[in-house]
Amino acid sequence: MNFEKIVFGFFITLAATLNFGFTIGNLGDPLLHNVWELAAAILVSLIATVLKFGDRTQLGAVHLATSLVADLQLIGSGIVWTLYSHVAGSDPLSTHQMATVVSLSAGALFANTISVVLMITESVMLRR
Amino acid sequence: MSNVFFLVLRRMRAPLILVITVFSVCVFGLALIPGVDADGNATPPLSLFHAVYVMAYTATTIGFGELPTAFSEAQRMWMVFAILVSVTSWSYALVTLVALLQDPAFRNALRTARLAQRVRNLNEPFYIVCGYGETGALVTRGLDTLGYRVVMIEPNEARLRELMLEDLRTDPTIAVADASSPAVLQRAGLGSPFCRGVIALTEDDDTNIAITVAVRLLSPRLPVMARVRWVHVAEINLTAFGADLVINPFERFASLLASAVATPEHYHLRELLTGLSGSDAPERFRPPHGHWIVCGYGRFGHAVTTQLRRNGMSVTIIDQKHYDEGTVTVQGTGTEPDELREAGIHHSVGIVAGNDRDVKNLAIAVTARTMNPGIFVVTRQNKESNAPLFEAFADDLAMVPSRIVASEFLSVITTPLLAAFLHEMPNRDEQWCAGISARLEAATPGRVPHNWTLKVSPRNAEAVYRDVADGKDVSLAHLLTDPHDRERRIPAVALLVSRAGTMIYRPGPDTLLQVDDEVLFAGPESARRRIELSARNDDILDYVRTGRESNGGTLWRIARRRRLRRHRLRRGSRR
Repeated sequence: MNFEKIVFGFFITLAATLNFGFTIGNLGDPLLHNVWELAAAILVSLIATVLKFGDRTQLGAVHLATSLVADLQLIGSGIVWTLYSHVAGSDPLSTHQMATVVSLSAGALFANTISVVLMITESVMLRR
Repeated sequence: MSNVFFLVLRRMRAPLILVITVFSVCVFGLALIPGVDADGNATPPLSLFHAVYVMAYTATTIGFGELPTAFSEAQRMWMVFAILVSVTSWSYALVTLVALLQDPAFRNALRTARLAQRVRNLNEPFYIVCGYGETGALVTRGLDTLGYRVVMIEPNEARLRELMLEDLRTDPTIAVADASSPAVLQRAGLGSPFCRGVIALTEDDDTNIAITVAVRLLSPRLPVMARVRWVHVAEINLTAFGADLVINPFERFASLLASAVATPEHYHLRELLTGLSGSDAPERFRPPHGHWIVCGYGRFGHAVTTQLRRNGMSVTIIDQKHYDEGTVTVQGTGTEPDELREAGIHHSVGIVAGNDRDVKNLAIAVTARTMNPGIFVVTRQNKESNAPLFEAFADDLAMVPSRIVASEFLSVITTPLLAAFLHEMPNRDEQWCAGISARLEAATPGRVPHNWTLKVSPRNAEAVYRDVADGKDVSLAHLLTDPHDRERRIPAVALLVSRAGTMIYRPGPDTLLQVDDEVLFAGPESARRRIELSARNDDILDYVRTGRESNGGTLWRIARRRRLRRHRLRRGSRR
């Protein structure tokens, strides 16, 4: 048991699950997507990225890359949401607007999935 | 560079996570606490976007105030907490970053990365010089004048500061490191295709030997030169690894001094060949034969005395420390008139002030000159920085050990064949040397000639190579013919032809060239250009060989051939 490994696994999984929780549900329905969940997903994703800093192996590099993609997509989704609700002033968001936000986060979900798969592969390949 | 970047990232992990977490907690809190309007009625909390906005200017201590509307009391309580926590974590992250940038290990990593980067960007010929002392400074200046770049490895930063203040044409690349480690040499560009040679001039003989061994094993074809003060160390260790040149400054200095006194023509030719090309030609010394006085009987004095006696001079020795050994005639330093009188200054023709203190040597020289104005004074100058003093005294011959090592290293490392020539010189007589000196002086009047090597190969002399490979005769006289006017000769001297391991010294003009011959020329820079012109251009070579002028270019040649054929046909039909 290694505490560092637990923290690492915890954040990667949490980033993926939060992202999944936000994304799931009808793409264009504002009632099915919570802004808090998106904020939490961004936070956890950022922490996961920082945890991956400094690993210079090939696997570490791919880990970091997928995490950076997830950050980019999630922050993009947050910015788009802010633009629609605060700058354009639509409350609640229209179906099209909501779909844009959620599809961006769905992209991030894909990157997060790769991250989780990588982590599982890594631990399976580990010789006992 | 990317290594350093990742190093920063890894060390910044904890502070970054702290900043992100604290910032998020503050934002979430702010987005949960209800606000209040102007009338005191509760309003919904700030949206997440506004909460991020407020925290962004609060955490960075910019503090715009309560935006977009005045806060409620509960919000203000939360803000007190948020300000304290976020500002603290933010400053902590900054302080960690600054501490990291000042960490010696980190700065070292940064410097290493920067050095590797600069060496990679060096895409012109360069030399690695290890050790920046007096000799190192002279070598660096010389290489700079010759148009080469320099990578300097020196562990002492205080000395390097002097180098940075030097007035050089191009800034040398500097590595603050101990050159005895092979990794340092590699980082300094040992494996680079532009590296032309390594010169080891550190204070420590062992380091110089380590450098030589490392270069021999890692880059066997690169010329490497080392200065070694203790002869036996050099003989045992360096020759086994095949260093190209090992100089023992004391011995070299003494034999040169003796050569200057006993065989002035040899000395003059050597000075002409190893001097910095383009500088003023050295004056010719004519030291007298007769009785000499040597002051100082250390390692240097010993060597000088031996050489002088071998050349048939009688020598009186003045020394303080070594008096008990028996060979010293007069006890003293040589600075007192009585001691000099006892040594027979009035009937002496020359005096050598050979102590390792410059002031002492000058004192001896001044005293001797006053007592016997016609005496030939040879001074040993130990420090390059004392040059103005020696110049002011106007002695007959001042020799600087560091300058001897530097000039020899420079000339030999830039033209390796010169070493072979210098090696042969002691076997030749004075007349031979005088003949060459006279021709060199005629070729470049008043200046030190430029030395260069021409190799009969497809890369360096393609025209000569093609003709020689075709079985045509190309002689040195052809190469030394002016390509602009066949009646004139180029003012250059062919000193040596190296052919498959054998050396032909001072080859005659009729010497025919063969494939892979290397010719050592000396003369002015313009002569080099003209010789290379004939060596590389078929038409010009044709002209200097046969006197036939032809138009350049393949197309012209084909056209001319055709015209000739037509001409011949016409003549044939007429007949």
